[in-house]
Amino acid sequence: MAGLSEIRMQVMWNRLISVVEEQALTLLRTAFSTSVREAGDLSAGVFTPDGPMLAQAVTGTPGHVNTMAEAVLHFLAEIPREEMFEGDCYVTNDPWKGTGHLHDITMVAPSFKDGQLVAFFACTAHVVDVGGRGFGADGKSVFEEGLLIPIMRFADRGTVNRDLINILRNNVREPNQVVGDFYSLSACNEVGHRRLIDMMAETQMDTLDDLAEFIFDRSRTATLERIAALPKGMWQNEMMVDGYDVPVKLVATLSVNEDEVTVDFTGTDGVSKWGINCPMIYSKAYACYAVKCVVAPDIPNNSASLAPFTVTSPVNILNAERPAPVSLRHVMGHMVPDLVLGTLAKALPGQIMAEGAAALWNIHISARPEAGKDGRRSEVLMFNSGGTGARPELDGLGATAFPSGVHTMPIEATEHTGPIVVWRKELRPDSGGAGRMRGGLGQVIEIAPAEGHEFDFSAMFDRVNHPAHGRDGGADGAPGVVELDDGTKLRPKGWQHVPAGNRLILKAPGGGGFGPENERSEEARAEDQLKGYVTKETSE
Amino acid sequence: MSTQDIRVGADIGGTFTDIALDLRGEIFSTKVLTNYAAPEQAILDGIAIVTEQAGIAFGDLDIIIHGTTLATNALIERRGAKTALITTEGFRDVIEMRTENRFDQYDLNIKLPEPLIPRQHRFPVAGRIDAQGNELQALDEVRLNALADEIAQGGFGAVAIGFIHSYQNPEHEERARDILAAKLPGIPISISAEVSPQMREFERFNTVCANAYVRPQMEDYLTRLQSRLKDHGANCPIFMIHSGGGLISVETAIEFPVRLVESGPAGGAIFAADVAARFGLKNVVSYDMGGTTAKICLIEDFEPQTARTFEVARTYRFCKGSGMPISIPVIEMIEIGAGGGSIAWVDAMGRIQAGPESAASEPGPACYQRGGERPAITDADVMLGKIDPDNFAGGAIQLSKGAASAAIAKDVGDKLSLSPLEAAFGICEVVDENMANAVRVHAVENGKSISDNVMIAFGGAAPLHAARLCEKLGIDQCLIPPGAGVGSAIGFLKAPFGYEALASRLVRLSEFDADAVNAMLSDLRDTAEGFVRAGTDGEIKREMIAYMRYQGQGWEIPVALPDRVLTPDDADLIRARFRENYAQFFGRAIDGLDGLEIEIVTWSMKASDSRPTPARQALLTDGEITQTTTTRPVFYPSNDGLQDSGLVERNTLTIGDRVQGPAVIVERETSTVVTSHFDAVLQGDGTILLIRKEA
Repeated sequence: MAGLSEIRMQVMWNRLISVVEEQALTLLRTAFSTSVREAGDLSAGVFTPDGPMLAQAVTGTPGHVNTMAEAVLHFLAEIPREEMFEGDCYVTNDPWKGTGHLHDITMVAPSFKDGQLVAFFACTAHVVDVGGRGFGADGKSVFEEGLLIPIMRFADRGTVNRDLINILRNNVREPNQVVGDFYSLSACNEVGHRRLIDMMAETQMDTLDDLAEFIFDRSRTATLERIAALPKGMWQNEMMVDGYDVPVKLVATLSVNEDEVTVDFTGTDGVSKWGINCPMIYSKAYACYAVKCVVAPDIPNNSASLAPFTVTSPVNILNAERPAPVSLRHVMGHMVPDLVLGTLAKALPGQIMAEGAAALWNIHISARPEAGKDGRRSEVLMFNSGGTGARPELDGLGATAFPSGVHTMPIEATEHTGPIVVWRKELRPDSGGAGRMRGGLGQVIEIAPAEGHEFDFSAMFDRVNHPAHGRDGGADGAPGVVELDDGTKLRPKGWQHVPAGNRLILKAPGGGGFGPENERSEEARAEDQLKGYVTKETSE
Repeated sequence: MSTQDIRVGADIGGTFTDIALDLRGEIFSTKVLTNYAAPEQAILDGIAIVTEQAGIAFGDLDIIIHGTTLATNALIERRGAKTALITTEGFRDVIEMRTENRFDQYDLNIKLPEPLIPRQHRFPVAGRIDAQGNELQALDEVRLNALADEIAQGGFGAVAIGFIHSYQNPEHEERARDILAAKLPGIPISISAEVSPQMREFERFNTVCANAYVRPQMEDYLTRLQSRLKDHGANCPIFMIHSGGGLISVETAIEFPVRLVESGPAGGAIFAADVAARFGLKNVVSYDMGGTTAKICLIEDFEPQTARTFEVARTYRFCKGSGMPISIPVIEMIEIGAGGGSIAWVDAMGRIQAGPESAASEPGPACYQRGGERPAITDADVMLGKIDPDNFAGGAIQLSKGAASAAIAKDVGDKLSLSPLEAAFGICEVVDENMANAVRVHAVENGKSISDNVMIAFGGAAPLHAARLCEKLGIDQCLIPPGAGVGSAIGFLKAPFGYEALASRLVRLSEFDADAVNAMLSDLRDTAEGFVRAGTDGEIKREMIAYMRYQGQGWEIPVALPDRVLTPDDADLIRARFRENYAQFFGRAIDGLDGLEIEIVTWSMKASDSRPTPARQALLTDGEITQTTTTRPVFYPSNDGLQDSGLVERNTLTIGDRVQGPAVIVERETSTVVTSHFDAVLQGDGTILLIRKEA
């Protein structure tokens, strides 16, 4: 029966996706840094011996959609096949060969079956510290931003590279957690490897060749069908964002051909002096993510389903070259989907959501006792989100991460990690852009040092001076606000101080509205008032 | 109570209400349709049937044990009371902002679940406790008094109170309850420090809201049930099964009805645990497959695995994150949208998908010919010969193979150029593989190797798929107990009086204060034993667990504590046990990191009465081969085709009979498919053992 091999292949594909899901879960369970375990800033995948990606875990964040796929090729280029052995595990955090900044550690491990190389497993996670200036925009070059680990061995035939561990321990602020995360990353590849070998043994497969051909063929065909259904042509969009010291213009041009979608960033402002630059690999991931959400959201990520989407750019803030500072590359990277969705809105009028808060409102707090007092010193990281843009048929989502895939942490857990008190964390009324569909609400956060303490914090906020725009007549979302409770305005980026007795007030931006406000239904208006999402009287 | 008691188990499910009567070891059971308007009526009807079968009266019953999905359904269908949430100022939107995450990364039109209590019914009040339990700001009692009037006038039926850090210090919540109670007689008030004293505000607040939301309805129902049973002459005590698998009094259930959520499936797990104990099987995976979902639970040393939080009312394809979290002790199960009624379809890549949409009982699978036109798993089972269309449910429903074939061809086969038979095979393979994947992932989350387990399968659809699932998981033995169709209700009869009390209190091992820990554990012990004493005078069994991690991690693993007064030296013992368990979960403990702190986050005390262990039975793995006289062609994946399979009636088998696969063992409610890799051996208690043939 000819149909049976087809069905077997389908079943094996499902199984392979389950294998990488187990791999990702292992990382979530064992990771130390909050960005991985609470926020899900990670990714995991399996690759053929030649390098193309076969499957990627659903667990994880879009920033790594295809960064890992490219990273694996760099590893293959630098480590000759004949020098790869069972039990090896390779590592790097090179922003231009990994995923865009030094805090992300990528590990790749070969998977051998009966002495034969059958696959590679790769995973990425954001660690809590890499030395240097710490997580912030203030480095002038990547050399100030921390330790760069070139592609090298983390484990050689099962033996961990003690020299690397020693260098790490002596260069990072939280050596236990960072080294712990290195172990987690290698454990997760190991779990993937074991599950794959089990699967191959059960199904009497010696290689993944046939399965790979099946996966790539199906994915390519399905993706190309979707592209064929798109209108053909070129559309351009530009968007202003805050940047560090001067506003930054982002420009994208979308070209749709019969069998290809290209995004180009020509016209975008040049490289910044500050660490908000984005290496191409990360801009590309978020550009692909935006296109994929619209064109092929249901098609699993692999080399073939991603291949028809290409991203190009001259050197600029979205394609920063070595040795530009890139620590906060996520701020610009998170803007890329809104930028690209703007081009799609022109290609597919009336179908694409408005702009939203986009960049996370993350904050890194460094708390200490006031001079001369006893108390605790502590580093505290919080993830917060503003509102998303309104959709053609639905309001935007309040205080929800987009495009990032992260979670926030409970306040009760955060207050255990350091001497701070969060006095408020709730929706921000009147911050969603008005429209037929309303933008998602931002949120208000008030943080004070605990009694007898003070803190510094690294600001990494955007859309303070440039709000999220509405679409098709919808109003802009409210811009963000960074200030002290005494009214002192603070800067949206860089390290700043909060003295004892003061509260830091963050008002994360709201999403843009969709469609003209006078088309909003009476029921929706009444509900906005009843729930207090909108407190102002609205005009007809 | 003793084993000589006459016991009734009553399980109200979505479609059926199952009743099981244990008359000194003999089981009588029945299924009646669930009555949504008056759920107690179905119980009375069912008890009337089984008591008549057994030749006894209502007045002869010694104990009734009840579990129900009514609380779960009220949450899913949002049919609870108008509820007010009183919460800390600045945190009005905790249950609405959730984790600030999207459960599906690629769906731009995603809809997040609505909060259980809308914003206009959430009332913030000033007053703040810090992470260590100290008061930072006094409670605003003036505002609370004013609020009490608003709530009285607002027509609210229930009140929930959830304040930040109340798990550390409940004084503000207790004070707020006193103030409100004085002005709101007759309105039940739930406080988070009592309902769910665990850290993490979103989960705790949501749990107290859920409790308050279902409380008036559950109180009504349970009170009515008690009085109507009395009217019928049943003067025996009634106990409720809770989500953790133990029994609580009706009074406790009325106060904490959220603890009844998922009590039905918990009964199934206890049923399986009892079978495991009977046969002395230490590592078991239970597999319960019904009409809409399959549920899987790991059972170790005869105890179902438990968790401290779970998610109910998932709104989107059973997707993690699309429901609401409930933080209470629960028997941990994974549930996937794969049941007999799950619909098969083809996605954009030409891949066959099954579920989670279900044809349910109306219109039902296509083969029922009641208007269902889309192919369900049951249709595929008919096509493959696993179900006999002329003898389904003892011949009560005539199934149409033609209708099954047509539906499969239309929605799956034609799209992929597969014959209906091939497409049916594809549907079953995909659903079996999905279940196998869910089991594998669940096992890895628990640090277990699945192939070392024995499977215990029950529920109407499980025996059709169990052998193939075992093949995929590398499991060699599977038990299919009798009475599998009313497994949960039978499970209720085996449940202990048990209660788990939890507390979140962060303790670093380097700062281990034995006196403080002993004091806290003693409080937990009093709480847990207090509940158990309501039902038993006998000996009480205790189990203490610390949930631990390396400082900086976010996931805790359970570590058993010795049941005695702890001493300062015990920090070393606890550290050693943690490292040992960590290595078991994740391959290796972390070495060479001096000063890496280990901490305890949550403490658990389980108390239960000691149940008599069921009489041990030896597992018969060999037996006398029974020749089958009739055969039917059944499709087997490992043979790539139809193969004549022996047909046997389950009730014609006698102890020790061995049926060689391929075969189908038929009974009224279901059929057990014995694939060509397995034989079946009938056990002393009527259980079927599927055992892998020697290679």
